[in-house]
Amino acid sequence: MAVYKKSYKGFSGALTPAWSRFLVLPRYSFARLFQSKFLFIFYALCFFPVVGGAGFIYAVNNLGFLQSFGINIGDAVKINNNYFLAFLQFQGALCYLLTALVGPSLVAPDLANGALPLYFCRPFNRVEYVGGKMSVLFILLSAITWIPGVLLFLIQSSLAGWTWMADHWWIATGLVLGSVAWILILSLIALACSAWVRWRIAAGALVLGVFFLGSAFGSAINGVLKTEFGTRFDLARLMAVIWGDLLRSDTDLGASAWDAWSTLLAVSILCVWLLDKKIRAYEVVKG
Amino acid sequence: MNPVIELAGLSVRFGQRDILKNLNCKLGGKTIGLLGPNGAGKSTLINTLLGFYEPVAGTARIFGNDIRRQANAIRQVVGYMPENDALIANMNAVSYVRMMAEISGLPAEAALERAHESLFYVGLGEARYRMLGSYSLGMKQMAKLAQAIVHGPRLLILDEPTNGLDPAARLRMIKMISEMRDSGEMHIVLCSHLLRDVEETCQEVIILKQGEMVHYSNLEEERKANKRFVEVETVGNDGGFAEAVEALGAECAPAGAGRWKMVFPEGVEMRALYRIAAERDLQLRRLNYRRDSLEDIFLKAMESDRIDRMKAAGAMHKNGHGKA
Repeated sequence: MAVYKKSYKGFSGALTPAWSRFLVLPRYSFARLFQSKFLFIFYALCFFPVVGGAGFIYAVNNLGFLQSFGINIGDAVKINNNYFLAFLQFQGALCYLLTALVGPSLVAPDLANGALPLYFCRPFNRVEYVGGKMSVLFILLSAITWIPGVLLFLIQSSLAGWTWMADHWWIATGLVLGSVAWILILSLIALACSAWVRWRIAAGALVLGVFFLGSAFGSAINGVLKTEFGTRFDLARLMAVIWGDLLRSDTDLGASAWDAWSTLLAVSILCVWLLDKKIRAYEVVKG
Repeated sequence: MNPVIELAGLSVRFGQRDILKNLNCKLGGKTIGLLGPNGAGKSTLINTLLGFYEPVAGTARIFGNDIRRQANAIRQVVGYMPENDALIANMNAVSYVRMMAEISGLPAEAALERAHESLFYVGLGEARYRMLGSYSLGMKQMAKLAQAIVHGPRLLILDEPTNGLDPAARLRMIKMISEMRDSGEMHIVLCSHLLRDVEETCQEVIILKQGEMVHYSNLEEERKANKRFVEVETVGNDGGFAEAVEALGAECAPAGAGRWKMVFPEGVEMRALYRIAAERDLQLRRLNYRRDSLEDIFLKAMESDRIDRMKAAGAMHKNGHGKA
């Protein structure tokens, strides 16, 4: 029907499958997010370490290439689990900053503008809404963590030989698992904070604060009580413990992998509870 | 006729407060008005029908779908325009309406086409690429209406649609509601505290007070029924006119200066009145069918509810139960 016909007419066409509708949210979110030049440039910069990492793997596997520049590293540098751990830690830090920038703008505007009833009066539930919003972060962060991590692993495998790949497959598994765990915890914290405070800027500050204040609080407990229990409040360190465990690094960070997994699981449950309380069409004031 | 909305003992409670109390009715009109003073439970009823609130007892059905078990099926066929601002300020109207259409299940291309159509339909065609945050209150109302109709719902729920509209915009909104009703493609539930809006558009009305349904009125039928009550203005010698009319079985009362009020019984045709006037060479200058306005109905409902409560309180007092 042409737009000049100003009479009401119903819709009788075919509908999209219900399961696919949560993907509408990331599409519109990306369109809005990348209107910001700052975010666009920052996100582009997040890929530089990947390019650098690929070049480094090539160079290490082609010592003749380095020697042509007069560099002789001998056996000092190897592409092993520690290399991928360093990659994961660096990209993980970028993820954290990116989440603080992007996360709050996903949910807070809907809550601040009272738009949730319009989503939920449609065949679209709260799980789909949260899933749709989380998928924005999942796609963005995956593209700078486990996807390039696995690519680097494959590059190394192709250069070092497939026996290397067979001996080190657990590195790829660790990269994927460690990245996904970090992305999930960051996404949940970002969504829960922005749902709670509803103000984008304050939510961004809160996301940063959860990690910084948690770290400071944990260090204070450790210092005062001469214990390592405070490490459980330092979410970034707990994640580093998990990465270290998955990538078989023997660095002692003051907590066991079990402690780290259980604490992060508890934080995730808390975030889900907060989202359950706040992501509703209307809040009910009981009395 | 299958009911559009069926309330079956529907009760909603927030904490210790009963918000809706045992609502029962079947509504099948093309346009259903929801009336009541502030705090009567109108918006709660709408939100419960949309599945936002869980009933503590009873249930409701929309097009036969139970709100407890078939919420998704209901939401697929319902469009909702909320009372409060519900717009995402940093989106333009086309993107916003299109996104809502896609969430309702329309494919992307159809959603874009329908978004343009809806925005033109509500009169925002020229402003459709502007950010919603820059819209006036009236434009925001229209944008909310556009998102409510974009997916072609079978039932449109409008919560105070004329709030904040200037007289011209209000008339446009009422005209659109009437047009949509007459299109035959959708039923409309109109929740408003403006009796005139409801009267102009609705066929059925329920009146809520303190969570209870105090009155149901089929305005269409009442309009037809009350056509027997007429006001007449005559010029000429009206001697014996009243007696002749009363001989038909009608009640007739003078209202001064050639004006009469008459109530005709069933079976008496208005032609008889013309005949009596012609026999007496009496000119009929004006003949109005009078009916109760919605305001009369609303006030009666409020008043009768108040009297019922007073009677109940009196009875309790007599029985010695009313003492604190």
